[in-house]
Amino acid sequence: MTIIQIDQLTKSYRVYQKKEGLREAIRGLFHREYKTVEAVRGISLRVEPGEFVAFLGPNGAGKTTTLKLLSGVIFPSSGSATVMGFTPWERDMQYRRKFALVMGQKNQLWWDLPAQESFRLHQQIYGIDPSQFQKNLQELTSLLDVEKLLGRPVRELSLGERMKMELIAALLHSPEVLFLDEPTIGLDVVAQHNIQQFLKHYQEQRKITILLTSHYMKDVSALCQRVVVIAQGIIQYDGSLNGILDAFSGYKVVQLQLALGQSAQGLERFGEVLKTNPPRVSLRVPRPQVSKILAEILNTYSIDDVAVEDPPLEEVIAKMFHSIANTQ
Amino acid sequence: MNPSSNHQTSHPWRNAWKTRGIILKTALAERLAYRGDFALGTLMRFLPIITQIFLWWAIFQSLSPSAPYSASISGYSFHDMVAYYLLTMLGRAFSSMPGLSSQIAKTIRDGEIKRYLVQPIDFLSFLFWSRVAHKIAYYSVAFGPFLLVFFLCRGYFSAGWPDPATLGCFLLSLLLSFTLGFYLETCLGLVGFWMLEVSSLLFVYMLLQFFLSGHMFPLDLLPEPFQTIVNYLPIKYLAYFPAAVFLGKVQGTALLWDMILLLFWIALFYALSRWAYAKGLQRYSGFGG
Repeated sequence: MTIIQIDQLTKSYRVYQKKEGLREAIRGLFHREYKTVEAVRGISLRVEPGEFVAFLGPNGAGKTTTLKLLSGVIFPSSGSATVMGFTPWERDMQYRRKFALVMGQKNQLWWDLPAQESFRLHQQIYGIDPSQFQKNLQELTSLLDVEKLLGRPVRELSLGERMKMELIAALLHSPEVLFLDEPTIGLDVVAQHNIQQFLKHYQEQRKITILLTSHYMKDVSALCQRVVVIAQGIIQYDGSLNGILDAFSGYKVVQLQLALGQSAQGLERFGEVLKTNPPRVSLRVPRPQVSKILAEILNTYSIDDVAVEDPPLEEVIAKMFHSIANTQ
Repeated sequence: MNPSSNHQTSHPWRNAWKTRGIILKTALAERLAYRGDFALGTLMRFLPIITQIFLWWAIFQSLSPSAPYSASISGYSFHDMVAYYLLTMLGRAFSSMPGLSSQIAKTIRDGEIKRYLVQPIDFLSFLFWSRVAHKIAYYSVAFGPFLLVFFLCRGYFSAGWPDPATLGCFLLSLLLSFTLGFYLETCLGLVGFWMLEVSSLLFVYMLLQFFLSGHMFPLDLLPEPFQTIVNYLPIKYLAYFPAAVFLGKVQGTALLWDMILLLFWIALFYALSRWAYAKGLQRYSGFGG
């Protein structure tokens, strides 16, 4: 059974075109010019229960707009969507009790109170059974290692600790569907890693369905089997993360460690030299010719070590966004 | 059916009240987090009384330099005026909603309103119960000083305590003035769905309220036709009306009509706030969130 079903969803809105200068500002008082922004231009998608899907795309691509549509915060211009059988923007109370939205840049805890107080409020508004509440709270706080921070005012917590509390608040009512909008934004590497580990573990245990947007490739590669690339308001790619490499990058990176005294001269005829940092050299080699070129290099040069790698994902995706932007 | 949904649906009424109770408790805890600011703000409220008493003393003295105590303005002696002023202060302690409108407008502007669309909680009733908590917190601190001021100024109440029925009506009028004040300012705050900045609107409202609520002077000092006009406006219930009830200026049928009119205004502004919220959300959701 499909848990999230999106058909031809579009969202456009008008924004006031402000022009430069005082004269134009005064003109704007009487005659306003609007521009239509098409944030989402016909998205169709099916998500099965228990999937962990990442939305990738440049800023303004329509990722957050899609999450807002699915949480019922905004109405679409056309098209339809159902999540667990509900139409999100009807904002049925039953629906609200079954999902959660976490926005990395928005705070839903009471700033001056310990997180505990906010959790208790959540228990009441979501109608969580007291024993279930205790069990969930205990499990979540120990997984995220924040038991000792429950009694501290939220404003005194670090960004990473606060994000953990936000996640707990969102998960206390055991939502079946979770929308995460950049949950690791602004966090240091350790905090990012902790949150990734937690999400991975929790999702595997509970088999809930998660849609995540993020700019950090690490989040995506650590968590999601399925990646949906959105750019210019439409889906450009839907598949596995590795599939992106196959589809959008025809190259491999060959890392060579030259033996003592071996010169790197002449290597450029095998492929573009990306980096020379003696005794290491990395080369970009077209994918179909990797084995042939590698054999040739090993024959001609004295090499200590060799590794064949995929190009960095960030680079491939940046290129992909770039090529999408150019073809539009 | 899972246990949590059973828990939710078995006693919908009891549950709704429990939610209000928790909101109240949480908001109360939050208020008490700012003890210092709060105690200072509460005490500062009493400062204007002194200037106000001096002002009216100067006015009465210039009216009748030889016997200021026996002079009167539209039936108000100096003592009556001070008593009136103390009572409006009490009324305003119920009906004024510091920061409510701007808080609502900010919630809309910053997009925090999303939370009330995603979570199963109603924004307006959430605001109402947090405001009740604010007031309770305020009174728990202000009760002592209020008592002291009224005790020190007991000589100004020349008529003494009103009878229990009038006192009951006075208390009722205070509670209703709180409700009216809440929905009035909520409506103003919800204008934030249409305007980015509501502070000038609030300024105009505060100015009108200052003069037309009876906060500045008793409304029966106003010449006609202003007195009649002001008498039909909702704003007078925020300060003038409770004081007038206490002082026995509105009695019998007139009091009953005033109470009915007050309830009508509350119903009207309640409906208006609901309507504005629904329309505003529609606009917000259509616009892009």
